[in-house]
Amino acid sequence: MNNNPQINRDGELQHLLTTEGLPISVLLKILDTAESFVGVTERDIKKVPLLRGKSIFNLFFEPSTRTRTTFEIAAKRLSADVVNLDVAASSQSKGETMLDTVNNLSAMHADMFIVRHSQSGAAHLIARHVKPGIHVINAGDGRHAHPTQALLDMFTIRRYKKDFHSLRVAIIGDILHSRVARSQIHALTTLGVPEVRVITPKTLLSNKVERLGVQVYHDMAQGLKDVDVLLMLRLQNERMLGARLPSAEEYFKYYGLTQEKLALASQDAIVLHPGPMNRGVEIDSAVADGKQSVILSQVTFGIAVRMAVMTILMGN
Amino acid sequence: MQLPNAEQLLVELTEKMRPDVATNIALVGIYTGGVWLAERLHQDLGITLPLGVLDSSFYRDDFDQIGLHSQVRSSNIPFKVDGSHIILIDDVLFTGRTIRAATNELFDHGRPASIRLAALIDRGGRELPIAINYVGTTIVLSEDKMLALERNKNGKLNLSLYDRVNRNSE
Repeated sequence: MNNNPQINRDGELQHLLTTEGLPISVLLKILDTAESFVGVTERDIKKVPLLRGKSIFNLFFEPSTRTRTTFEIAAKRLSADVVNLDVAASSQSKGETMLDTVNNLSAMHADMFIVRHSQSGAAHLIARHVKPGIHVINAGDGRHAHPTQALLDMFTIRRYKKDFHSLRVAIIGDILHSRVARSQIHALTTLGVPEVRVITPKTLLSNKVERLGVQVYHDMAQGLKDVDVLLMLRLQNERMLGARLPSAEEYFKYYGLTQEKLALASQDAIVLHPGPMNRGVEIDSAVADGKQSVILSQVTFGIAVRMAVMTILMGN
Repeated sequence: MQLPNAEQLLVELTEKMRPDVATNIALVGIYTGGVWLAERLHQDLGITLPLGVLDSSFYRDDFDQIGLHSQVRSSNIPFKVDGSHIILIDDVLFTGRTIRAATNELFDHGRPASIRLAALIDRGGRELPIAINYVGTTIVLSEDKMLALERNKNGKLNLSLYDRVNRNSE
């Protein structure tokens, strides 16, 4: 019955590919373990010997300095050896297939691959291909999933709001292209958030998302009413202007998060953003740097969450 | 077999430690039983430095065999470790592997001037060169038994003996 290639027959996590279908027990174990790693990241010596002697390969077929760096730091704090491969610039340009690259690195005794790819399903393909005992983490694949980002968002929400069961959460922005939004929706739903909203222009909504049981709004004033958590999405400027949106200025006018719009949400609402931010497009500087923003906490917690995921996978 | 009374043992352990109490002594309890004991000792001995708690899971030597322990708690060492005189508190001393892991973790917080070890029970079976400084009592148990400290809802401590089934912590 193993439709979920990330879970083995004993119900243990082998790979982290998507938050879809992950049991709540697995999500909570990751969040609880991350809690212990936060303590480690606050010490003078921010390192534990758990993954000594393990080799972790960052396989980035799509460039992303920030995500790659957070995985690298997480692996180093666990004492693993990390190798960064900017695959886009090397083997692939010489014509090597993705699976050949993986085979070669496996022959160098890799223990874990962290995979970022512009094609949806790339990490799944690698996970199905590698030998038992080698683990794969999806660091973002196409429009499909970005599970560690969603998990660090869940961790941040739990830190500030304690309990998922009474929350109203809104995901705001480019739902259509967002792997982050999809992973967030699955995680929020599994963790018991009763009301998940998406607020997005009609041109950036995916009808698949509507089927995930979220409430869709096209108007910020209505959508933000009584919301406790605002999950901002990055507007992928480079892909979109002209085609789906008239201009960044117009997007900001209707969907950019300003103090004025934020005042429509609950008084103690928190604002998250996965970065990198487009200030003045999806979020105003006054909000990004304001007291309801927890964006820099997300970055700090992201290291602890990635340490937890790596440790749990390597231990299974 | 008749197990000793944990509360009585704690009284005896407290009195054995009392002569060595000084202002520069810090206590660090090892989860879970060691923390319960350390909380009581900290109060009864009037220790002035704040109590430290430690979960040595990230430093264990059996990660490759059994993975991460099911429930990892956060360590918290709220005093300056550099130059401190630490007494580690555990409930049952057995193989010594937990103490090795805990000692390594302490060194990632700083360089203590000294580390001593206190436990309610020494059950023998050491696999590492670890010595104990303060002990409630010594019991010889066969390897397939597990001796566990438990705390009831009134905060009273007691000892229970179990058969070892896939045991992975000590």
